[in-house]
Amino acid sequence: MAHLVLDRLTKRYGDTTAVDDLSLAIDQGEFVSLLGPSGCGKTTTLQMVAGFVEPSAGAITLDGRDLLAVPAAKRGLGIVFQNYALFPHLTVAENVAFGLSMRKVPSAESRQRVDAALELVGLVGMSGRHPAQMSGGQQQRVALARALVIRPALLLLDEPLSNLDAKLREEMQTELRRIQRATGITTLMVTHDQAEALALSDRVVVMHAGRIEQDAVPHEAYEHPASSFVCDFLGKANLFSVERVENERMVIGSLRIGIPQALAAHVRPGARVLVRPEKIAFAAAGDGALDATVKSRVFQGNHWLYQLESPLGGVLVIRQNDGGPRPDEGERVHLRWRAEDMRAVS
Amino acid sequence: MTPRRAPYWLSAPALLLYLAFLVVPIGAVTLISFQNFQFYGGIQPGFTLKNYVEVLGDGYYWEVFGRTFGIASVVTIACAVLGTFEAIVLNRMANPWKGLFLLVVLGPLLISVVVRTLGWALLFGSTGLLNKALGVLGVAPVQFMYSNTGVIVALTHVLVPFVVISVWASLQGVDPAVERAAVSLGASPASVLRKVLVPLAMPGILSGSVIVFALAASAFATPAIIGGRRLKVIATAAYDEFLNTLNWPLGASLAVLLLLVNVVLLQASNRMIERRYKAVFAEGAT
Repeated sequence: MAHLVLDRLTKRYGDTTAVDDLSLAIDQGEFVSLLGPSGCGKTTTLQMVAGFVEPSAGAITLDGRDLLAVPAAKRGLGIVFQNYALFPHLTVAENVAFGLSMRKVPSAESRQRVDAALELVGLVGMSGRHPAQMSGGQQQRVALARALVIRPALLLLDEPLSNLDAKLREEMQTELRRIQRATGITTLMVTHDQAEALALSDRVVVMHAGRIEQDAVPHEAYEHPASSFVCDFLGKANLFSVERVENERMVIGSLRIGIPQALAAHVRPGARVLVRPEKIAFAAAGDGALDATVKSRVFQGNHWLYQLESPLGGVLVIRQNDGGPRPDEGERVHLRWRAEDMRAVS
Repeated sequence: MTPRRAPYWLSAPALLLYLAFLVVPIGAVTLISFQNFQFYGGIQPGFTLKNYVEVLGDGYYWEVFGRTFGIASVVTIACAVLGTFEAIVLNRMANPWKGLFLLVVLGPLLISVVVRTLGWALLFGSTGLLNKALGVLGVAPVQFMYSNTGVIVALTHVLVPFVVISVWASLQGVDPAVERAAVSLGASPASVLRKVLVPLAMPGILSGSVIVFALAASAFATPAIIGGRRLKVIATAAYDEFLNTLNWPLGASLAVLLLLVNVVLLQASNRMIERRYKAVFAEGAT
């Protein structure tokens, strides 16, 4: 049985519907991300689970218990806020111990649990500091320890890494995953950062306009986006329209491409197909290659990002910085990709 | 004019103003306080500690000092408590109301001190509105006029905005999510207030209280009108020495002692606030 269940959850503010009939089940120990642009309803959903926002309709149950009947202070959930929301007047140890003192945990046990939590997040020896004396990454760890020390049934993460610089963010991603695995705690994260969601989660729930667009494991969501919104939001995408189908081949501009088995059911005139930029290669001229001109070439360290102009419109290509050909701006090139790398988009 | 001198030129007008209207008068008053006064000869040149000996050796002045700082302490505590809650409520209000109620809070400061105090006198009288209301409720009439209670109520009314403003300023810097974090960790509304909001507002409460104490201890108009001639505080006692007895040196020594106590208290509390909250508001990481 699922651990956390959101059942037809709805939140309306006047005429606008922030969360629209959302149903979601999360298993014990699972790490699920709500991913979407700002205003898609993901934060409202999190706040309804946390108890800070009252749903207009629907139900939330945790282990079969009706969560909406419990006030926020009694839900016993661990929450990590976007700006960490540490208590600036308390030391690190006092911050972490706050939830325990509210639960009247005896001080010897409290000290022990605080020490264990600080060790878990890698902050041994910092317990006497104040939050203002710490870096953003360290504050993030304190917030995590403070949420975990109360042994919550559920961990809620609200854009936990958005205030960290790129390098630290990557480091904290690994840390978050390690800590979540070590504690086995069911986790619901809200983020607008697709890389973060893909890297951390067991399951990604892409949201748009208060509804779920796709609920899948990260690789599946990226490889087989359920809608054009998802394929646009997760990674970069090239979309082409199928003009017609001739002799078992789909016609896209000058291209005639054999229809792979997986696409057979979807390909018809007007259907749209997706090719990820990293699946397109520079190739020799010839039948089945798309002629294009390099508009711009941007070096991004481990890869090159090309913007090209073709008879089918703009094309994005990502090539690894692996010593392969790297055409200059203005150069004529030929693009080729495997038919199996094409995906149908509804 | 070199760029290095520019700051001095720019601040010169303000410095001159302070020199002419603050340093010089205080210096003059201090000088007078060390001079002798004869009933038939007026102020005599020379240097004497006679006035200070008289003030500090006379039980009557000890009573005046005691009443002054007693009233100031009660007013400070009342303002700190009322002002802190007012600021917390104000900080939570949505926008049109926030501005309106801030104006209401600041209202007393916009009215002339004499008008405001006479207004209180109308309310306070034995047949005043306040005692009539108490009568309706079945409570025995309270002596507000010419009593410490009346002075404390009227001073608290006008000084509360100083605490509201400074507490509000310190709450502005508090992330609203901090309250929600406390709730998520199991804190009841009372615990959120006691363990989170009040400690975070504490620098504002302390600095507002220091201002209130200094203003309450040196208030003149309110104790003069509500307290009357009999219920003396240092400011009204000094006034009487200057203008009724014409004993300027004695009045000056009272004024100097009041100033000294205020300066010492202000300095001490500022030191304490800075030391106590240095770590909390340190900028950046170590």
